[in-house]
Amino acid sequence: MNTVVCIKQVPDTETLIKVNGDGTGIVEDGVKWVMSPYDEYGVEEALQQKEKLKAGKVTLVSFGPDRVISAIRTGLAMGADMAVHIKDEAAYAKADSFATAGILAAAIKDLEYDAVFMGKQAIDDDSGQVPAMLGEILGIPVVTQVIKIEVSGDKATVTREVEGGHAILEVTLPAVFSAQKGLNEPRYASLPGIMKAKKKPVDVKSVSDLGVDAAPMSVVKSMSLPPAREAGKIIEGDDAETKAAALAKALHEEAKVI
Amino acid sequence: MPGTLIYAEVQGGEIKKGSFEIAGKAKEFGSEVSACIIGSGVESLAPELAKYGVDKIYVVDAPEFENYVTEAFVQAFVQVAQQVKPDIILASATAQGKDFVPAIAARLKVGAISDCVDLTKDGDNLVAKRPVYAGKAYVNVEATGDTKILGIRPNSFAVAENAGAGAVEKVSVDLDSEKIKVVVNAVEIAESDEPDQTEAEIIVSGGRGMKDAESFAMLEKLAKVLGPGSTTGASRAAVDAGWRDHAYQVGQTGKTVSPNLYIACGISGAIQHLAGMGTSKVIVAINKDGDAPIFSKADYGVVDDLFNVVPPFTQEVEKVK
Ligand SMILES: Cc1cc2nc3c(=O)[nH]c(=O)nc-3n(C[C@H](O)[C@H](O)[C@H](O)COP(=O)(O)OP(=O)(O)OC[C@H]3O[C@@H](n4cnc5c(N)ncnc54)[C@H](O)[C@@H]3O)c2cc1C
Ligand SMILES: Nc1ncnc2c1ncn2[C@@H]1O[C@H](COP(=O)(O)O)[C@@H](O)[C@H]1O
Repeated sequence: MNTVVCIKQVPDTETLIKVNGDGTGIVEDGVKWVMSPYDEYGVEEALQQKEKLKAGKVTLVSFGPDRVISAIRTGLAMGADMAVHIKDEAAYAKADSFATAGILAAAIKDLEYDAVFMGKQAIDDDSGQVPAMLGEILGIPVVTQVIKIEVSGDKATVTREVEGGHAILEVTLPAVFSAQKGLNEPRYASLPGIMKAKKKPVDVKSVSDLGVDAAPMSVVKSMSLPPAREAGKIIEGDDAETKAAALAKALHEEAKVI
Repeated sequence: MPGTLIYAEVQGGEIKKGSFEIAGKAKEFGSEVSACIIGSGVESLAPELAKYGVDKIYVVDAPEFENYVTEAFVQAFVQVAQQVKPDIILASATAQGKDFVPAIAARLKVGAISDCVDLTKDGDNLVAKRPVYAGKAYVNVEATGDTKILGIRPNSFAVAENAGAGAVEKVSVDLDSEKIKVVVNAVEIAESDEPDQTEAEIIVSGGRGMKDAESFAMLEKLAKVLGPGSTTGASRAAVDAGWRDHAYQVGQTGKTVSPNLYIACGISGAIQHLAGMGTSKVIVAINKDGDAPIFSKADYGVVDDLFNVVPPFTQEVEKVK
């Protein structure tokens, strides 16, 4: 089985977000960039499927500026075979989910694949839309929020998270799957893996090389931080029971939330 | 004709509250509000929508819509959208809405903006406010497509009763079954009357300080006493320990929640956890370590052993309720 994994590079979850000078993005200085955590599940799943079926290649696709190469190398070090880097700083700066999906689709359509693995959402924009849009543009089915996949022939039996439980579906390949936590435990890159990754092929393309017109359908006008939260009141009391009673009283009479 | 088409989501034989919330918002835009409802045996629910300002209700009611299958629902909705030609489409950003909205957007060849918490319409300009970085920041995004499609986070707008004409039109959809490549084998929903964390009004959340899976029964009891609209949550430490399912996880790699009241029990307040619940209206922290970072965000803090605080607190809540 040949698989494609779409990976996005995002600020590490520890990052303290600061708004940049023109007020439309974040300050990137000092940010530690990592592969979006849900995409790690995608890479791991592709590798496990390849190992199980003992056949096929895993190709990573990432759209973003120069820096994205470090996330690509991480995926290659985990065990992916090759990568496509759509390197286009200008297009990336204004891309929304729709434009991103169009660009990724243009890069993927000429690859050989039975499945495309993605994250359920990138943890920077938290949009969670690219997988469904990508499948639509490629004209193949999409299953989002996947927690289990079993492939047999040209079919996959998939468990996905739904509200309050889960659903088990059967889907005909090729298909797009977006990974939810619980799908697997992503491996760490080994030292030999890291060495080998340096020699694996990375095909670098620009958006115009792909011949796609990916006009965004939305524009970020401004970014702001939520109002700072001040530390509130510590409920005092001689023992836990007294504090519990004072807390209930405060929530009922003062905050009026219970 | 300019107007707003909303997707009225049905679950468990009822229209979801989030759909009424967006109907109320759509009414504020001034132009016609229509709704599309899809399912099996859902026609009788349509009149409900009129109470919330919906002028026209398109009903797709057939056995093949018993279970949510993205492709089938997309075909049905897109058929209605092509008939109505709205300039705005709104859906509630529930678990289903998040799957559905980007798919209809791409089918209609326009973009979509997910998880919006506010909308401002000024003439033809529509700007959505949405959280990014799990709520560490917000962006204002302008929708520029001909049809503007937006997913709205539940609880963002109050449910407002508004009279609407409520005319019902049944729509029959010829499904292109060739394109349906997904078959639903089973849907397993745990019996629970608790709301989803993202829609809950009160969340009682537990972390590593809970010590084991069994102790969560104490939080479930408290949530029950706090009334309907309340549910429980967990930190990643509690989920990774196997005490709670991932569906309960709050934070950057879990759910982003914004309830009226968030009670954190035995949670230290790591940046990834705060990101997911920092916009809750009132935050309570119960933690035995007075230096835990959670206290810097809490409106009310109790520095004590949660096992000694939660049970009497539950009793006190029962009294004031
Ligand atoms: C990529 C990434 C993504 C992450 N995503 C998330 C996420 O989505 N959500 C999330 O929650 N975390 C996330 N984390 C993990 C986060 O960094 C913390 O490790 C986690 O939130 C800690 O959980 P905790 O507060 O329950 O545990 P701890 O930090 O161990 O805190 C336990 C607290 O319980 C208190 N306590 C212990 N016993 C008692 C008692 N008897 N009574 C009262 N208090 C007691 C202690 O004083 C302590 O403050 C992520 C981390 C990474 C690297
Ligand atoms: N720039 C990108 N390059 C590669 N994959 C991406 C990119 N943006 C989004 N994706 C993929 O789409 C998923 C969902 O992203 P999003 O819809 O932006 O939340 C991510 O987890 C990635 O798998």
